[in-house]
Parts: sequence; C-alpha cells; structure tokens
Amino acid sequence: MREIAFRDALNEALAEEMERDESVFLMGEEVANYNGAYKVSKGLLDKFGPRRVVDTPIVELGFAGIGVGAAMGGLKPVIEMMTFNFAILALDQIVNHAAKLRYMSNGQLSCPLVMRGAAGAGGSLASQHSQSLEQQYAHIPGLKVMMPATPYDAKGMLKTAIRDPDPVIFIESEVMYGMNGEVPEEEYLIEMGKGDIKREGADCTIVTWSRAVHWSLQAAEIAAEQGIDVEVIDLRTVRPFDKEIIAESVKKTNRVIVVEEAWPMASVGASVAEWIGRELFDWLDAPVGRVHQRDIPMPYAYNLEPLSLPSAEKIAEAVKKACYR
Amino acid sequence: MAQTKAKDDEASQQAAPQVEALNLELAAQVREELGDERLVAMLRDMLLLRRFEEYAGRAYQRRKIKGFCHLYIGQEAVGVGSMAALTDADKIVSHYREHGHALARGMDPNAVMAELFGKATGCTGGKGGSMHLFDAEKGFLGGWGIVGGQIALAGGVAFSQKYRDEDAACLCFLGDGAVHQGIVHETLNMASLWDLPLITIVENNRYAMGTSIERVAAVTELAKKSEPYNIVGETVDGQDIFAVYDAIKRARKRAVEEGRPTWLDVLTYRYRGHSMTDPAPYRTKEEVEEEQDLRDPIARMSNWMVSEGILTEDKVGELDDEVTQISKDAMAFADESDFPDPSVLTEDVYVEWPWDIE
Ligand SMILES: Cc1ncc(C[n+]2csc(CCOP(=O)(O)OP(=O)(O)O)c2C)c(N)n1
Repeated sequence: MREIAFRDALNEALAEEMERDESVFLMGEEVANYNGAYKVSKGLLDKFGPRRVVDTPIVELGFAGIGVGAAMGGLKPVIEMMTFNFAILALDQIVNHAAKLRYMSNGQLSCPLVMRGAAGAGGSLASQHSQSLEQQYAHIPGLKVMMPATPYDAKGMLKTAIRDPDPVIFIESEVMYGMNGEVPEEEYLIEMGKGDIKREGADCTIVTWSRAVHWSLQAAEIAAEQGIDVEVIDLRTVRPFDKEIIAESVKKTNRVIVVEEAWPMASVGASVAEWIGRELFDWLDAPVGRVHQRDIPMPYAYNLEPLSLPSAEKIAEAVKKACYR
Repeated sequence: MAQTKAKDDEASQQAAPQVEALNLELAAQVREELGDERLVAMLRDMLLLRRFEEYAGRAYQRRKIKGFCHLYIGQEAVGVGSMAALTDADKIVSHYREHGHALARGMDPNAVMAELFGKATGCTGGKGGSMHLFDAEKGFLGGWGIVGGQIALAGGVAFSQKYRDEDAACLCFLGDGAVHQGIVHETLNMASLWDLPLITIVENNRYAMGTSIERVAAVTELAKKSEPYNIVGETVDGQDIFAVYDAIKRARKRAVEEGRPTWLDVLTYRYRGHSMTDPAPYRTKEEVEEEQDLRDPIARMSNWMVSEGILTEDKVGELDDEVTQISKDAMAFADESDFPDPSVLTEDVYVEWPWDIE
C-alpha cells in the first residue's frame, strides 16, 4: 500500500469531505494563502477557493465563535487552531456555547463543528507552546475528543469527525506531522469511540493514545527483550473512550499501564485508570500503573525537555513494575 | 524614442538607491537634548542588536538554538529608540520577538545568548528560551508567546505603578497581528478608564507570519484603534530612531504626569522570515530590498551622524567591530556554559505529583 505523511492524510480527509459536502469549510490563521502553519491545508485554497478556505486574523475566540454560529446557520466548520495552546483563548466559545447547543435547545439545534490542530511537546518550544490539554475538552459533556496516532487513523478519524453531528475536538501531535504510514486510496471511516490494538500481547496491557502510542510500542520492544509480552491499545478517541477493548485486553493480561503525554493531575489518564481500577478490579493482578509528563511547565533547555516527558524506557520500567519483575 | 531615452537616463540615475533622510529637525533636537555621546551609544546598541542576531541565526542553523527563534533584524530603531526614552524605574513587557528589546534594555548579551542555547547561565537558567527572556532587576518582565496576551500583563504592571504612585510607566510591545485580539481592546478600555501609565508600541512590520496587514485589518491605520477608548494614538516612523525616541518620551511624560495611556503604531519592517524556519515566500524580494536599501534604521542614523560630523565612517566601523566581538564572545560563553542540572526541573513550581511513573 502507498505510504503518506500524517499531515497529507489529514489533507486528504479535508479535501474529500469538502468535495463530498458543500457545507464543509476550513477556517483559521494562515490556512489559506500560507497553506497552513504545518502545511495540513496545502493546496486547499487552490482547490476550493477563498469562500471555503478562510484566513482569519489572530483572534481565536472570535473565529471559534464564528464557527459555532456558522454551525447554527447550517454549515459544517472545520476550525484550525494553529496549536491547542492558542485554543485556550477560544475555550469560552467551545465550552460555554458549542458544547451546550444541542442540549440547551432541546435538540432543535446541533453544532457539527470540528476544532483541530497541533498539540504536545517537542523541539524545545518551552512552556507556553508544549502542552497536552485534551483533558480540558474531555471534561466537558457535549464534546467529543479524537487523537489519532497514525496517518491511517488520522484520515479515517478526521472524516468521521467532520460527519459527526456534535462538536469534535481533534488533536494532532505536533511532532507526528511528518510521520509516514500506509493509507489506502479507497474511502474508509473509523468509528467514533473505537480503539485499536496496535500490538497484541499476553502479559501486560498498555492503554494510550496519540504520540504516546509510539513510545509505548518502543517500550513493548524493550519489554519483549525481558520476556514480557505487551499489548498496546490505542484508544484513538479519548471521549468517549473504548471500554470494551480495554476490558477484553485486561481480562487477558491482568495487568495494565495507562500512558499519556499530558500532566497527571485530573487527566484523561486519571479517569481511564480510575475506571479500570473500579470496573476491572477482579481481573487485576497489580495496581493500575501510570506514566505521564512531569507535573511541571515545560522547560526550554533541550536537555531538560526529554526528562519531562514519558519515554519508552520509563514505560518499560512501569511495565516491569506492574509485572513485579 | 525620445521618451525611451529619457527613461533610460532616469534608470541610470536611480542605479544607486539613496537612503532616506531622517527627520532632520527632530534629529537636531534630540542631539541637543541627549548630547553626542548618547547618540553614539544608541547607534552602537542598534549595531549590537543586529550583529547579535546574525550570530544567533547562525547558531540556530548549527542547531545550538532550538525551538522557535524570531529575529528582530530590521526593527532595531524601535527597540533602541524606545528604551533610550525610559528610566530604570520603568518596566517592559514584550512578546516572543524580544531579543532586541532585551539587549536594548541593557540585559547582558552573554546571559541572553546562553538562554537561547538553553544553558544554566542564561537569563532564566535555560527554562525560558528564545521566546521567554526575563530580567526582573532590569525591569524586563518577559517575552511572552501567546499573541496579544501580554498587553493585559502590562496593563496590570501599570496598575501597580499607579497604585503605588510611582514615577514610572510600563511599555508594552505588540505586533500588528496582535492588535485584533479581544484582550488588547479589553485592556485599552481599562487603561483609559483607570488612567494607567501604559505605553503600547505596535511594531507594525506589516506581516503576521504570512499574512499582510491589509488582509486582516478592517482598518489598517492602527493608530485609530485607540480612538474609541479615548487614548492618544500616533503613527510613528519606526525606522527613524529619533522619531521613536521622541514619541516614547512624550508618551512617558503623559503617563507619569497625567496618568494617561498612549498607543503608538510604529511602522517598521522585519528583514527575515517570521521565524528561522519561514522562507517568507509571501512577500517580494523587491519589497524587502527596498526596505533594506532605503530605510534601514542603522544606515539612516549612521549616515546622518557622519554627515553631521558626530562620527567618522571609520568610527562606525570600530563600533561595529566592537559589537561583533561582543556577539562572538556571547556565543563562546553560551557554548562553553553547562546545561541546567536536572534537579531544576521541579524548582519554582509547586509539584503535586513528584514522580512520572507509578
Ligand atoms: C494566541 C496565539 N495565536 C497564534 C499564535 C501563533 N503565532 C505566533 S506569532 C504569530 C504572528 C504574529 O504576528 P505579529 O503580531 O504581527 O508580530 P510579528 O511576528 O510580526 O512581530 C502567530 C499567528 C500565537 N503565538 N498565539
């Protein structure tokens, strides 16, 4: 099968959905003329014109709100946030308006909006540009949160997000844009809320998503050298998260580590671990393990950044601990 | 035929572009006020900013500097001219394109370069990097990375200055792209309502990343943005260091004596891309060359100083050599310094969760 980059898979998803549905449009800073800060929207202005690929001023709150209103007006906006660090400015429109629209209108209105963009750490961008903030959205009833880890998933998931009737927060790890992977030419969709087994194993389950999937797969290799057979589950959607796939795996392995790039306090990982601890208690042979970012703002210094993040080695260590090795 | 010939003549006459003159009256007035020695120091500072950043650019290419690195080259008159009009008591709040502001404020070039290198000897010990330089002692309260967000901080600093009845103002740097953020307008309204000594400089280099001002501003005369808030707004030639100095000096007086804020649209130009990774294909080579050839702030000031007999060309060369050496030394200092010790990771923050695996 052909291999394309993560950013190109997203680009194809956008182009296909815009072609399919005239009401889908893309809006954000530098998405049109500049072809996107991370080149995800490359060529879309040429293909669809300035009516459907719209450059905005640097006003995240404003254009997020315009997006919500456009959805109320019957369109399907895809709002690009250059990075989710800047989406914090738009949080009011997303949390207080978009998320509530269907419920408060008693189903009269819906908000089929996708807010997507880059997140996470990498390349020494320092504290204000290195944050994994999925928890902010996963916390909110009315929002769905998707975080793909491969080009294949990225394309199928973004298409699903665009077709979803509710606001979907679609978070792309900044360091993954250049990553290549197999993507078929034929159309396919990936179901909302469906996880994926990225590696099968019998001794210990790792539950994770986004960039941390790749650290976890490396960790599984390290563990294999030590005779531990690790299963890696990629949740793909973190709200709603796939409870069945976790349950099935944990019933098989009886041990589980939850790995996330984000901070540990009140995080998605904390909720997933809590659910596992409660619902699968009888199946567990060890406490639910966790690996996460250090509980600090990200420092710039490039010797410190990696120390602040999860790594294959740290995950492998947690696996060993869960296996009492 | 005749017409064509006339055109040819014109073209040959135009071969060597003439650097535009400064506002001569203003230049003479500032000279009178500050004295020649201060002017020489200001020219030297502009040269330092430029050479320092040229070296920083090279260090970035050698991957000694990482992350985002936004060079200030072309905008030196704004940083140096404005700092020259402030006192030690004043404070500065800036954004991510702040290397020049930091140096112009007198921060140690070694500490600034070491910060860009992520070293323990940097001005924030390696924690902030290029976008987040700080020197509280020098009243330099940060480079901030969220476009527009810093203006509220500056408003708050000005609030504290008024609260304690200080003889001081707070200067905030902003890009033209930041002007449309809601926080800018919320802050201007409060600054006016509460008579805060806030001076805002919009460094209007005409582009926000790849987007020209015409494409995002319903009103491109940014000075007008302060009108609805009853704040004095002025347009300033940002490539004329004396025009910048003069505008800030008057703004400071207004801030300290009347407690009134000021909003300045300072017209300038960045020679390089938005950041080190931006080749800037969205503007023409001709446009950039015209700015560099006709309105370079360093050439404009040094030309005038030489013509006034304040300096000789040789002396300008000596100043240049001196600041080039300072920049080189800063590189060496940064290179030889140690990376921060991992123990600093959990310093300066309350840590709820001291481990990373469990
Ligand atoms: C809130 C926010 N949105 C977007 C960005 C990404 N970004 C960084 S700089 C920039 C352009 C800003 O341009 P301008 O304010 O004109 O300043 P200049 O770079 O020209 O000095 C953008 C969009 C950001 N840092 N913060």
